[in-house]
Amino acid sequence: MRLLNASGCLDALTALEVARSLDVFVTKTVTPMPRAGNDPVRIAEVDGGMLNAIGLANPGIERFCGDTLARLAGLEVWVSVGGFSVQDYADLAARLDGEDVAAIELNLSCPNVDEVPESVGEVVAAARAVTEKPLYAKLSPAVPDVAETARAAEAAGADGLSLVNTIRGLALDERTLRPVLARGPGGLSGPALRPVALAAVHACRRATALPIVGMGGVATGRHVLELLAAGANDVALGTILFSDPAAPGRIRAELEAELAAHGFADADNAVGAAHEADLPTLHQRSRVRVEKHLHTGLNVAG
Amino acid sequence: MLTRAAHSVTGTEAVGPYTLLRIQRGDLDPGLPGQFFMLEAPGRLLPRPMSLCLATESELAFLIDPIGPGTRALCSLELGDRLAILGPLGNGFRLDVERPLLVGGGIGIAPLPYLSERLDNPPAVLGFRTSWHAEAAALVPNAEVVLEPIYVTEVMPAGHDVLACGPAPMLEAIRALTPHAQLAWEAPMACGYGACWGCVVRIDGELKRLCVEGPVLDAAA
Ligand SMILES: Cc1cc2nc3c(=O)[nH]c(=O)nc-3n(C[C@H](O)[C@H](O)[C@H](O)COP(=O)(O)OP(=O)(O)OC[C@H]3O[C@@H](n4cnc5c(N)ncnc54)[C@H](O)[C@@H]3O)c2cc1C
Ligand SMILES: Cc1cc2nc3c(=O)[nH]c(=O)nc-3n(C[C@H](O)[C@H](O)[C@H](O)COP(=O)(O)O)c2cc1C
Ligand code: FES
Repeated sequence: MRLLNASGCLDALTALEVARSLDVFVTKTVTPMPRAGNDPVRIAEVDGGMLNAIGLANPGIERFCGDTLARLAGLEVWVSVGGFSVQDYADLAARLDGEDVAAIELNLSCPNVDEVPESVGEVVAAARAVTEKPLYAKLSPAVPDVAETARAAEAAGADGLSLVNTIRGLALDERTLRPVLARGPGGLSGPALRPVALAAVHACRRATALPIVGMGGVATGRHVLELLAAGANDVALGTILFSDPAAPGRIRAELEAELAAHGFADADNAVGAAHEADLPTLHQRSRVRVEKHLHTGLNVAG
Repeated sequence: MLTRAAHSVTGTEAVGPYTLLRIQRGDLDPGLPGQFFMLEAPGRLLPRPMSLCLATESELAFLIDPIGPGTRALCSLELGDRLAILGPLGNGFRLDVERPLLVGGGIGIAPLPYLSERLDNPPAVLGFRTSWHAEAAALVPNAEVVLEPIYVTEVMPAGHDVLACGPAPMLEAIRALTPHAQLAWEAPMACGYGACWGCVVRIDGELKRLCVEGPVLDAAA
């Protein structure tokens, strides 16, 4: 079990010590061109979580590769990428293929971008065609059947799944009753997302053999244990890092205690504990093409 | 370093509509005036950014305006309650100024008592909505106080190095008058250390993170 940060929830350049306390540093989503992101207000606390509409602010892939990446030396880096067409994802994956990055996470689910929806299967296949790097498909739980999307990603050659991205929410100002965020809606993260993440991980674990990075509302070692039990192999921390940059160390210690209390020798032994013994075997990817095109919108909340 | 630790409340006092929250200092570094701390707000998901108002050997104090759920939770803390504090964060005021003049508006006076102490009590001009709010002026030595409809920009003496904190329209007005002023801005913040990109403001024509670049910025930026 590895502990990662969730994309967009940590900048290793302003908090290197926090990045070092994780096994993997995942970048904020990088797009083909630089993006300034949305106008403020971009964040709001709500009951059970927070909304964000950052708008994928990032320097663009060229400046990222030319400048940012060199400054991340020494970290195990996964690069999250997001585009607005199948070709965008293929270009991004091809550009990163020769770089010193451990994996590419395809952000197929940003709720804060309005651009044209694309098919998960097509995007994954296009990226697969141009890179040998491990490809993680980051999916939205806001679809009728996330397991179906997961199967499409697997069939198209994904190496893993990142579950879940935020879901759309709206906050209204106490006095004016106008949306708090300049963009209107935003992506809901934090405690309220945790049962949604558990359900998505649980369903995808039954539907595919792909390794899963589970995330959504994780704040304690107990929460990590539950995601592992639902079927995650690795776990990412997002919103909790905002209030507690020391969360990785604390959560690891809490997890050790939880594992011991439940009689697991280590974290990997807890994976899938919520399921009966009839799960698909890990790493045996089916290469069957899924004909049906599954649609997703790049989540520009992030 | 990003050290966050729990500290005890050593006292609270009402100052006009505001609450002065005193915290046991422990090994907290007070930092520079204008830097801020992320204070755990009981029952809330996210901490709230607060400027340091006063520092003594044994205590740090924050002046808080209860305008919403987070600040109301902080104002209802009681003696002995514990809260997690992260900081000091961001960039404070540059103290290498020749003729300092402190300018504050409303709750924006929060960082001025500590700033005043560090600059040997320079003159200050403070503006408030009502005389009740103006009770907080007692925390700042050498202060001239104006009440609305008079604005601080109408009484600011010329020829000073202005260090200011207050509502955005006040800071904009000061910026227009004195391009060399140092201004402490606010933005909603989730993390305070550059992780969320939530706190952006327009700096030099670009959206930049206030918690990283500020909160104190040169007026010309
Ligand atoms: C660097 C910094 C230092 C600060 N120092 C102090 C201080 O010393 N004392 C103090 O009382 N407050 C200070 N603030 C402001 C304080 O952090 C906010 O008032 C607080 O976060 C609001 O939280 P809430 O849950 O009470 O209200 P919310 O529900 O978050 O907000 C209530 C209303 O205020 C608006 N609002 C929220 N946050 C801000 C903001 N940061 N700027 C402008 N409008 C906002 C909201 O849009 C809403 O209308 C500081 C802010 C920053 C960024
Ligand atoms: C401020 C913020 C920015 C985010 N930016 C991105 C992003 O750029 N790309 C992405 O794939 N997910 C992004 N996310 C989603 C997170 O990676 C994660 O999927 C989600 O927040 C759920 O985890 P959490 O509840 O632990 O925060 C962002 C989330 C937040 C709160
Ligand atoms: S408050 Fe999170 S980046 Fe500034």
